[in-house]
Amino acid sequence: MGILRAAWMITRKDLVVEVRSRELIYTAVFFAISCLLIFAFAFVQDGRTVEHAPAGILWVTIVFAGTLVLGRTFERERQAETLRALLLSPIERPAIYLGKLFSLLIVLAGVQVVLLPLVALLFGAPVLRAPFMLAGLLALGTIGFATVGTLFAAMLTRVSSRDVLLPVVLYPMTLPALVGGMQGTLWIFAAEPNYALVQNWLAMLVFFDAVFLTLALWSFTPVMSE
Amino acid sequence: MPQRDRLVPILLVVSGLMLTASPFVIDTAPYEATMGLVQRIFYYHFPMAMNMMLAAIVCGVASAIFLFRRRERADHIAVAAAEMAVVFGILTMITGPLWARKSWGVWWVWDARITSTFIMWLVFGSYLLLRRFGGAGSEVLAAAVGFFGMMLVPFIYYSVELWRTLHPGTSVVPSLPTSMGIPLYFCWVAFTLLFVALMSTRVRLERSRVLLERAYRAVED
Repeated sequence: MGILRAAWMITRKDLVVEVRSRELIYTAVFFAISCLLIFAFAFVQDGRTVEHAPAGILWVTIVFAGTLVLGRTFERERQAETLRALLLSPIERPAIYLGKLFSLLIVLAGVQVVLLPLVALLFGAPVLRAPFMLAGLLALGTIGFATVGTLFAAMLTRVSSRDVLLPVVLYPMTLPALVGGMQGTLWIFAAEPNYALVQNWLAMLVFFDAVFLTLALWSFTPVMSE
Repeated sequence: MPQRDRLVPILLVVSGLMLTASPFVIDTAPYEATMGLVQRIFYYHFPMAMNMMLAAIVCGVASAIFLFRRRERADHIAVAAAEMAVVFGILTMITGPLWARKSWGVWWVWDARITSTFIMWLVFGSYLLLRRFGGAGSEVLAAAVGFFGMMLVPFIYYSVELWRTLHPGTSVVPSLPTSMGIPLYFCWVAFTLLFVALMSTRVRLERSRVLLERAYRAVED
């Protein structure tokens, strides 16, 4: 079986589980909305959002919700004792990684579909100013975050105090992806948008995603063996 | 290994003597025109930062070797180097603000080099947290953190540089006048010798710890 086909089967399995329980999407969206509420108290003064705040609000919320989803996707496998079954299945390890990554990206895209209009509505972010660039930043930034995140969440399943350690490891590691997404979004939302800078950040994100996807695929096998 | 046992005290004595002598050597350097006395922190700050970078590279390479080849010795080196990176990182981030307060007027500036040093410090801090609280099996995980942490360096650097810059660039050190270069290289050698001594002591400690743990487990079984 080809790697992509095997990966797609794992993704489909995860999505079926998710569609039946809707656990991840409900909790992540609800959590994201509560984050937005807290940000409203911090960054809205006299009924107006502080300048430059919406980009940060958007990305910090995505990262928080993403951490929640990441921790849960593998925790679910561990609790149901299916992680071993998954690792024993006659497919290559990178296929498991890719399958998990795809399903995670689909869930995170679902969260962002709800989140983005809310940030536009509640904080007056001009999300329609450069829709393709913004979509590119969101996609590439999330891929960068999820690429590294999936690897570390998978590894952490076998370690004690994994809930605490995941964000501790994840945030410094994914920082370039987050900085890229956040700064790019900031320059789209700015009073005087700078699209040349946005393109720089997009290029940086493409490069980061490519390098870290390769590294993660490469190191997933030795990390998950034993 | 008896040879290394003898090497460590020698290294410690030499670096101790050099560090004791360093204030006098630094005193031979001329006053920097605009910053005056406070510029002398530089003779400690720069070697510390360089040793942090060295430790980070050693940790990354050792982690990669452990991750893909499973050499136990590489893991011991990686732990020791991560601790060195964190310690020298703290020292760098103490001496840096002291200098910045006098020459730039603020304790902290979010410029490219400072921010990326700070992020690197966080990465190796998370490496140590993982080993400390991860329990059994965390070595492999930590190795992945060390390996990814090393690969992150160019990205962190580029992304923060694209964000902003104020810190003196990489061209400063080679262009220093000899009178300032001598004390700088003197301190650099002293700190690097200290680094090697601490590293080899820590590597040996880690190996003894692993052997002891294995012996305990053998007795329990």
